[in-house]
Amino acid sequence: MAEQILLKSLEVPGLAGFDIYRKLGGYASVEKALKNFTPDEVTAEVKKSGLRGRGGAGFPTGMKWGFIDKSTDYPRYFVCNFDESEPGTFKDRHIGQLNPHQLIEGMILGSYALGARTSYIYIRGELFYVLKIIEKAIAEAYSNGFLGENILGSGYSLDLYCHPGAGAYICGEETALIESLEGKRGNPRIKPPFPAIVGLYDCPTVVNNVETIAVLPWIINHGADAYAAIGIGNSKGTKLISACGHINKPGIYEIELGLPVEEFIYSEKYCGGIRNGNKLKAVVAGGSSVPILPADLILKTAKGEPRLMSYESLAEGDFETGTMLGSGGFIVMDETTCMVKNLLTFARFYHHESCGQCSPCREGTGWIEKILQRIENGQGTMKDIDLLVSISKHIEGNTICPLGDAAAWPVASAVRHFRQEFEDHVKLQRCPLSK
Amino acid sequence: MSLVKVTIDEIEVEVEAGTTILNAARKIGGNVVPPAMCYYSKLEGSGGKCRTCLVKVAQGSAKDPRPMPKLVPSCRTVVQNGMVVQNITSPEVMEARKAITEFLLINHPLDCPVCDQAGECSLQDLSYAHGLADTQTIEERRTFAPIDIGDKIKLHMNRCILCYRCVMVADQLTDQRVHGVLGRGDHCEISTYITKAVDNDFSGNMIDVCPVGALTDKTFRFKSRVWFTKPFDAHRDCPKCSGKVVLWMKGEEILRVTGRKDKYGELEVFICNDCRFEHKEDKDWEVEGPRKIERHSVIGQNHYEK
Repeated sequence: MAEQILLKSLEVPGLAGFDIYRKLGGYASVEKALKNFTPDEVTAEVKKSGLRGRGGAGFPTGMKWGFIDKSTDYPRYFVCNFDESEPGTFKDRHIGQLNPHQLIEGMILGSYALGARTSYIYIRGELFYVLKIIEKAIAEAYSNGFLGENILGSGYSLDLYCHPGAGAYICGEETALIESLEGKRGNPRIKPPFPAIVGLYDCPTVVNNVETIAVLPWIINHGADAYAAIGIGNSKGTKLISACGHINKPGIYEIELGLPVEEFIYSEKYCGGIRNGNKLKAVVAGGSSVPILPADLILKTAKGEPRLMSYESLAEGDFETGTMLGSGGFIVMDETTCMVKNLLTFARFYHHESCGQCSPCREGTGWIEKILQRIENGQGTMKDIDLLVSISKHIEGNTICPLGDAAAWPVASAVRHFRQEFEDHVKLQRCPLSK
Repeated sequence: MSLVKVTIDEIEVEVEAGTTILNAARKIGGNVVPPAMCYYSKLEGSGGKCRTCLVKVAQGSAKDPRPMPKLVPSCRTVVQNGMVVQNITSPEVMEARKAITEFLLINHPLDCPVCDQAGECSLQDLSYAHGLADTQTIEERRTFAPIDIGDKIKLHMNRCILCYRCVMVADQLTDQRVHGVLGRGDHCEISTYITKAVDNDFSGNMIDVCPVGALTDKTFRFKSRVWFTKPFDAHRDCPKCSGKVVLWMKGEEILRVTGRKDKYGELEVFICNDCRFEHKEDKDWEVEGPRKIERHSVIGQNHYEK
């Protein structure tokens, strides 16, 4: 198995406590960074490591940090996006619940690099028990001198707060998260300006995903080159994949980027194959928002090369025949799954979670759900299938934030790859897979 | 202030740096002005929500000629020197605008025959220009019961397109906002905070900024179709506001008092509730003369502006 950066000591009992975490080498990176590195050197190290945002978009983390203007007197903020609510994704919760100190350690490093004096972990409202764990860990970090005034005598001070949301998927969008953190309605802002210029309380802000931040201690401890040595191409390092669906061993796996998808699904080390010896039908590779791919296209690209678990390989063929690594929510479906029903479930989610600010998403998501419900119930027409495609096309790219795209992509891809099944629903006037 | 050159639909215009595409287009005027359902030049932070003013930026600027990857909201996108914008000349933009119009209408009750706003409704104008002749929806629309959100204002949430203008009026014009947007997605609604009522001296402006018939004047409801009333500019000495209004008369009777709107349907000045609701007698006002209606709405069809 590949190098374990995030999952390494998770089985150690009591890891969530400060003493055991410290005994295992925890907070060493903070000591190292505060003593030996200037903030810009930490940023340079992260840039060199090739780390990319693990929240879904895969934007290079170091570059994101580089957009911050450090020449002004404005306070800067570092925010952790713990609003993990993408269907199929459950990796961040795992880190927060079992290894909160690694997250806090990463928060200190990131805050130090950006020169932030106050940082926030914005946690999803439903994860209240995780909030309790993190708050306890923050208190321990304070009492051991890793947070608060003058950390380790370095002169650098940092206050860290854990702030619960009220359970809205949209607050995982960084500008909506910032609005919510400011105490307002969680509506995404219109960009530009981007948070690096005008963010939290109108100050320069960086928002990073939990997994991205939790990797930082390892990068500082072992060096950027060691991190960049893991992975393939521009996909460096390891990635947590939360595998679920019709596989024998659902769970969270840390993989080296570049692992063949086929090996990931069928190897005993990972998912362990499809349940009951069934046939693989489709895979959603990176959380419900990314395009769904049928079995042949997820195992091999359109060119016939084996598909790898990496940003580039999964995206190969664009949306015609490819998908995205996304947040790592790996949903596997076997031959007993109805694609219309599955899409309906996704569509209902996006309808429910649309913030309602801009018209295409507000009205389009509901419309898509209603049409899918009709098709699934056997009352659809052939025209409805084309209508679905046209609605998704009209939402995509025309909205304020990516939620519209996220609602449109699964629809467009499901119809593209499984049109026959939609037509069967219309012809038979029922779901062909139901008995 | 430095000037920048921008080309919109092959017409070049020079505007001050920092101007939005929409306002640059308004400087040109005519057909190239994108429709705006939520943007309101007098309200800070408005715009960007309805997406009807999306345009294509074919060239970002003279320095960086790359096109923008997606259609951009013209009301919130600032022009750059040498920017080339396509509005009505881009089929992509026209298709998107058609789609947005359809989106805005799928939950709209289309009850124009009984709606007070009919005749001066931005959504009517928009669907006249960009709507489909036939509907593609057979689904039930989401419905709300009409409510009173203050003693003078009626709210028909069914008609609302969530432009947030009335929320911004309350934020920026009055002491304390007691209403806002509740809920999420297409079940969003404008409502007051629990049992509060919108009650302040400038609340009536919410009616004027509403692009549709969601907020209507209770003192005027069902009195007359707007196109049977005749607008006159008038003023009075008002201690609270400028006192410059439009009186909507039927014969000798003043049926309604509103603020003065420009050709984009925006108020020139906000007026107080005293002028709007409490002064409907001839003797209250100094009539200046008939108001010129420049909009293409049905009110203009009466041709009484002479």
